[in-house]
Amino acid sequence: MGHLNSTPVLDAAEDKTMILNMGPQHPSTHGVLRLLLEIDGEQVVRMVPDIGFLHTGIEKTCEAKFYQQVVTLTDRIDYLCPMVNNLCYVMAVEKLLGLEIPPRAQWMRVMLAELQRISSHLVWLGTHALDMGAMSVFLYCFREREDLLRIYEMVSGQRMMTSYFRIGGLALDPPIGFFDAVKKFVKIFPEKVDEYENLLTGNRIWIDRLKNVAHLSAEDAIGFGVTGPSLRASGVDWDLRRDMPYSGYENFKFKVPTSQDGDVWARYVCRIEELRQSREIAKQALEGLPEGPTKAEAPKVVLPDREKMKTEMEALIYHFKIVTEGFTVPAGEVYQAIESPRGEMGYYVVSDGTAKPMRVHMRSPSYASLQALAKMCEGRLIADVVAAIGSIDIVLGEIVR
Amino acid sequence: MALAPCITDLEQLKDHPVLAALLAWNSNTVESAKFDRDEMSIYIRREFIREAVNQLKSQGLVNFLSDLTCADFYPREPRFELAYQLLSHKRKEFVRLKVKLSGDDATVESLTSLWPTANFFEREIFDLFGVRFLGHPYLRRIMMPEDWEGHPLRKDYPVEGYR
Repeated sequence: MGHLNSTPVLDAAEDKTMILNMGPQHPSTHGVLRLLLEIDGEQVVRMVPDIGFLHTGIEKTCEAKFYQQVVTLTDRIDYLCPMVNNLCYVMAVEKLLGLEIPPRAQWMRVMLAELQRISSHLVWLGTHALDMGAMSVFLYCFREREDLLRIYEMVSGQRMMTSYFRIGGLALDPPIGFFDAVKKFVKIFPEKVDEYENLLTGNRIWIDRLKNVAHLSAEDAIGFGVTGPSLRASGVDWDLRRDMPYSGYENFKFKVPTSQDGDVWARYVCRIEELRQSREIAKQALEGLPEGPTKAEAPKVVLPDREKMKTEMEALIYHFKIVTEGFTVPAGEVYQAIESPRGEMGYYVVSDGTAKPMRVHMRSPSYASLQALAKMCEGRLIADVVAAIGSIDIVLGEIVR
Repeated sequence: MALAPCITDLEQLKDHPVLAALLAWNSNTVESAKFDRDEMSIYIRREFIREAVNQLKSQGLVNFLSDLTCADFYPREPRFELAYQLLSHKRKEFVRLKVKLSGDDATVESLTSLWPTANFFEREIFDLFGVRFLGHPYLRRIMMPEDWEGHPLRKDYPVEGYR
């Protein structure tokens, strides 16, 4: 239990400063982040983040599982957008296998990934506003998130740990009523965003609290490996969905919101606009959804349909073999990067030709973004630390894995 | 399900801008290269890695360090392979630089002076693999407790841990 030791310890550099320990159980650290702050009065002189409290060794566990079993572990990395993690992992393995995914499955993946982005951003908006003292926004956000969780439950039977995307396609065809539920959500959602903005965007207290706080320049953002909305808020126009399209994103039309300000306000504005754009993509995916199968034609990799399994001997054999001994993947290595709600989520998978991955590494966006926190906060007030943590939208589960 | 064969011939790959720049700068740097599944990997000799990345960065061929990680190929020697995923926002392309490290001398120069983001990634590799980064400002465990023994992601470390 090394973390019960008070390590790492920070010693005050000067007589007039003192050390303040923030977290790991502080409500505004969004999980179990511990920050060691050296303060001079109300001003932060130095900040050292201490992480590792949630380390569960997922990367090591992956090496002991079959490729298809790892999918369920990826849910637990970033629990606010499990499907985006599923997508990144299955795309990496599909790339290793050289597997073609049917268009319908790709579009379904895009639709669900965008809905996940919305639900993840809703949690961010709710908690960020809560940290800043705006209680009621949280309740509004979780009302819409509840609708989305019901949609995920429809397709996968789970509200959070969905594991809906599988290597080679989707777990199941979406059930009856699913498309109506998505259609209804897509229809009402813009009104709801207006409602959140009505509460916050023009609010004098909100503006004063966010503007010119925790500034991050474009050079620093790139240097610290910040990605996603936080990078775009610093003026770098980069979005993997548009610039290096994957899973059929080239078929969708959407705007990538950017800002030149690089402060907490800019990050807020970019994410709010992303809510609208994600809804736009989900709507396009719903309207243009192609017909066809949702699983690739690869009997050795993809589990057969239940019906086939009960009527065809061959399908039963494949099912038995995949479940008991997995499938082998040709040796090689790939790095697959996608745009998660928090930025560049990347999976580096190395195969040695067996049925279990030799190495799975997750490049998590929050892990890199966290390093920029000290830069944002040093020289500012303690109260601004809370605003800065909220604005980079970290998930501790994916930071320490 | 047909995979294109992996290209490992330097002659065929030398038109790739990153590889061309490295060969033009110092042909000793490059150990080998491969183009597999639409991804370019270049093996760099250990002693050149920081300078090679610095060259690519100053020539504008890459500008972002996306990821830095390690894989353990135990019991093969050299057992560790570091993988640097470098991104160019301008060319919209990833390139992977790789460095092989042997088990008894797993040290390499740190990239923290080029991109501060390397700090956490290198600490993670130090913690979980035991690779040392020279010139790193704060090389301490990041995931595991301070007093932990061993490096969990090494292949000779059991999945269940020592009990």
